[in-house]
Amino acid sequence: MARTFSIGGVHPHDSKISRECRIEPLPIPPTVYLGVAQHIGAPAKPLVAVGDKVKVGQPIAEPGGFVSAFVHSSVSGTVKSIGPRKDLAGKDQLTIEIAVEGDDWLEGIDTSDTLVTEIPADSKAILDKIRLGGVVGLGGATFPTHVKLSPPPGSKCECLIINGCECEPYLTSDFRTLLEKGEQVVVGAAILQQVLGHVRCVFGIEVNKPEAIAHIREVIAKLGYKDMEVLPLRKRYPQGGEKQLIDAVMHRQVGSGALPISVGAVVQNVATALAVYDAVQKNKPVIDNSVTVTGECFPKQANLLVRVGTPLSFIIDHLGGMPADAAKVISGGPMMGRAIANLDAATLKGTSALLFLTEKQTRRAPESACIRCGKCADACPMGLEPFLLNRLAKAGGRLEDLEANAVQDCIECGCCLYSCPARIPLLDNIRLAKGEVLGAIRARAAAAKAAAEAAKK
Amino acid sequence: MSQTIIWTIATITVLGFLLALVLYLVAKKFKVEEDPRIDEVEKAMPGANCGGCGFAGCRAFAESAVKATDLDSHFCPVGGNDTMAKVAAILGYEVKAKAPQVAVVRCNGSCEVRPKTNEYDGYASCKVKATLYAGDTGCAFGCLGCGDCVAACQFDAIHMDPATGLPVVDEAKCTACGACAKACPKRIIELRAKGPRGMREYVSCINQDKGPAARKACANACIGCGICVKTCTHEAIVLENNVAYIDPAKCKLCRECEAVCPTGAIHGVNFPKPLDKEAVKERIAERKKKAAEAAKAAAEAAAGAVSSASLRDPVRANAPEAATNAVSSASLRDPIRANAPETAPAAANVDKNVDKKKEEA
Amino acid sequence: MSKLIVSPNPHIHSKDSTQSLMRDVVIALIPAVICSVLFYGWKELLVLGVSVASCVLLEYAITRYMLKRASTVGDLSAVVTGILLALNLPYTTPWWVVFIGAVVAIGVAKLTFGGIGQNIWNPALVGRVFLLVSFPTYMTTWAKPQGLFGIDAISGATPLGAVQEGLLQGSSIQEIMAEGGYDYGQMLLANLGGSAGEVCALALLAGFIYLCVRRVIKPWITLSIFATVALVSLIFWGVNPARFTDPAFNLLTGGLILGACFMATDYVTSPMSVWGGVIFGVGIGFLTMMIRYFGSYPEGVSFAILIMNSFVPLINMAFKQKKYGRK
Repeated sequence: MARTFSIGGVHPHDSKISRECRIEPLPIPPTVYLGVAQHIGAPAKPLVAVGDKVKVGQPIAEPGGFVSAFVHSSVSGTVKSIGPRKDLAGKDQLTIEIAVEGDDWLEGIDTSDTLVTEIPADSKAILDKIRLGGVVGLGGATFPTHVKLSPPPGSKCECLIINGCECEPYLTSDFRTLLEKGEQVVVGAAILQQVLGHVRCVFGIEVNKPEAIAHIREVIAKLGYKDMEVLPLRKRYPQGGEKQLIDAVMHRQVGSGALPISVGAVVQNVATALAVYDAVQKNKPVIDNSVTVTGECFPKQANLLVRVGTPLSFIIDHLGGMPADAAKVISGGPMMGRAIANLDAATLKGTSALLFLTEKQTRRAPESACIRCGKCADACPMGLEPFLLNRLAKAGGRLEDLEANAVQDCIECGCCLYSCPARIPLLDNIRLAKGEVLGAIRARAAAAKAAAEAAKK
Repeated sequence: MSQTIIWTIATITVLGFLLALVLYLVAKKFKVEEDPRIDEVEKAMPGANCGGCGFAGCRAFAESAVKATDLDSHFCPVGGNDTMAKVAAILGYEVKAKAPQVAVVRCNGSCEVRPKTNEYDGYASCKVKATLYAGDTGCAFGCLGCGDCVAACQFDAIHMDPATGLPVVDEAKCTACGACAKACPKRIIELRAKGPRGMREYVSCINQDKGPAARKACANACIGCGICVKTCTHEAIVLENNVAYIDPAKCKLCRECEAVCPTGAIHGVNFPKPLDKEAVKERIAERKKKAAEAAKAAAEAAAGAVSSASLRDPVRANAPEAATNAVSSASLRDPIRANAPETAPAAANVDKNVDKKKEEA
Repeated sequence: MSKLIVSPNPHIHSKDSTQSLMRDVVIALIPAVICSVLFYGWKELLVLGVSVASCVLLEYAITRYMLKRASTVGDLSAVVTGILLALNLPYTTPWWVVFIGAVVAIGVAKLTFGGIGQNIWNPALVGRVFLLVSFPTYMTTWAKPQGLFGIDAISGATPLGAVQEGLLQGSSIQEIMAEGGYDYGQMLLANLGGSAGEVCALALLAGFIYLCVRRVIKPWITLSIFATVALVSLIFWGVNPARFTDPAFNLLTGGLILGACFMATDYVTSPMSVWGGVIFGVGIGFLTMMIRYFGSYPEGVSFAILIMNSFVPLINMAFKQKKYGRK
């Protein structure tokens, strides 16, 4: 029996109906919109002015802090405007608008398909290339990769986990990447391995992707990498969650509020490994990513290589327009993706899928009374009690109780609401409470720090 | 038989006395000494425990008030000045009367004028909705309509109007405790001075988008055109981030801004008569004409030779000679005010009119 | 194009609903219902009909007209309560006694506490116990099954009743057993005096397995009850076989199987965690055996479940699932 994580989890139907679709490049749209906040952390600061000519791969915004990342132009053309534009949630974000003219790449970027297996020896140089390439975690969290690869002093990485679970239903972009760019991903993993000090590397891939498991094993054998293996994992959501994957692979659990490095683990997504390969071996920054466009109601399933900043409506029109019975469009998977309110919004680095669901598939049934079945507690991969947290959150002003019941550990995977037979909006309320508790914890930490400093003086 | 009954009664009586004694001793021993004034103050409070004063409840308020040296940081919005006068009497402090306030909803984007652009299917809570996205209309600032304010109100003073999808404050019940304002994630609800006999003018919109975007999202939005600012003769309106705000302390309730607002975003409430927009507009036009004439006369007097362009712009006309000019410095900021002698009586008239109306009411 | 729906994640949901879970419980009870009707005939059908109909009607009437809120009849929980109440009564119970049981079950035990999900005690059991203490004559006039359309029942004692009666008269267990002609194979299949639901152990176990396979319930509560009953009776029987009945007898008689499979596993009134469930089951098993061996009632499953129901909030607090990354 393949391994899996130890607490909770659910088994939604995997619905990978686009698994046979090869990754095909999407034509370049006439205009791209590049937000400066495409990652977790401080937004990037624009480096260009309106009217500037830019080339593909040219940095157009620089990091706005330590935890931040470069943004590169994904097209060549003229900067048309820099200003607020509504993102997929309808909220204003500082966005650089570029009118496309031709496809003129910056010098120094290797656009050929040749596989470069020779890894630079200097880890510092590699990290710098990753930083300059604007690489962020493409599994969804979009945490700047170079920050994750620079463990705080005193902690040591023992195991690099390449996350190929793709446990979300419908998504197939990582699966296709593993199949079609397996060599590049494996070299990318080897680069990461070297940066982290030649640690063990494990590819975690769920057993519903046997082709990918076989292919990556073959590639590793062919390229002759040591300390690199593929670990088949049982199909279970949310296996791709960082904490769950560490539990499944290493049988270790990350403490509350701690980082994975505290148990000696660094987790990187398949797409991130590919981006690392591109940035280090080919000098190619993150300017495109593969996006699954899928849904039973969508006439054409596809995996597309999309330039960052492509308007969603352009992708939809390219594939034949909005289906009449689509009621919800989701950026990402059905469990953790975000529903899109504004189809004029553009893709981000971390956009992994466009999913179309019908009203029947997605409409929430009306809420009824809790029957205390405990299914939410059984499903919670963090071992929390969503029914209790929900009640405390609704009562208001119970921050201490919420903290004692570990609401801040919630990973917002959606298992509780997915499994609730009474359709109680558990996660909606818990997410709010989590935000409030995290705010209180941060305020307390800041106050403690200030007090300690005052005491020093 | 009778002996059994007697014995039973005797035992129970003795037992009763013994237990009463125990209760009495325990109560004596564990009695917490408290300032008796706390109880008195608490009794004077409305007892709603709403938290509108910033304390956990009426008892907490009373405890804190008794400890405090003055009542500057204590005010019960529910009981208002009467309650505070009582509290002050008990504690022997002086208390400054505060103008009564009321909750005001600053969004008038009803379902009709603010079409929905998508459909929300999550938990019916404004807070949840606000953390998820901008909202189900084109306006990212407007009321989300899930009624968090209604749930927060302990006085049953705010309700959703199903026709407009907006909350409506019941002024008779509103105690200005501020719970609704705190509950609103969009900060739409404001506590405003109630105004004389409840009459007040306010901008019922907080949309900070630029004019065309705001108008596209909602026909009733404040588009930041600034006409109200130019019209106001009391400097009561400021335009910031594309949205106007009327300072209740400066507003003289002349209702001119309400008449000129192109989108109807400015609301006047509790006035005895409905606003005659045309009459007010005429009045403004007349005053402007006079102002222009006065400015012309002033400019001629000051500079002698004035270009025709300066007629349109009195500020620029007197700019070089400002120091020698009879026009006050205020006129630099507000060309309309340059005609001080004419406006003052006009404003006074308005005020008189208001007073008259009040008497009629 | 119609307006897009926007909601927080997750965007898909499992197929389970309160109604589907309750429907599964009803399906699981069907074999037992069929068996009891086959053994007891049309009178049993009457008890079942009156019980289910009055539970559903009462739930509808009380929620709509007294509590003035949306009726919760659609979730089928009242149907489950009705069937369980009927299976807990002898088929000879008059219709009006059944109705009173339904009033207590739905009106008092369920809706007084706020309806589904809020009640502390299993409604059907509260109804049953109320009838047991209020109408002992009707409730203890057990009858041996006579088959569908059989002649009127002959009053007889249940095996547990017979044992208690016999012990009071000074006979030993072996004598009572021989006199009653009890045979375990027969017990497993049917044909013993008792409440309707106590008749066919196999039918009840089939329903239990169905519920476990459908993942409606987890088996731990039921299994720990069985294990505890077996263990406790093994110890006592081992010490004094003349005074105490043996494990097989205790597992197969009375309402143990019905109670352990369907009443103790009620979501609302049982603990949520696995270990909490085990403790809950051990408590029920132990109390059942204590009442059977030393109590004045021959049967104790109902009381044991109700007593342990009261401890559920405490058990829930004490036994929580292990949290990720925390000690």
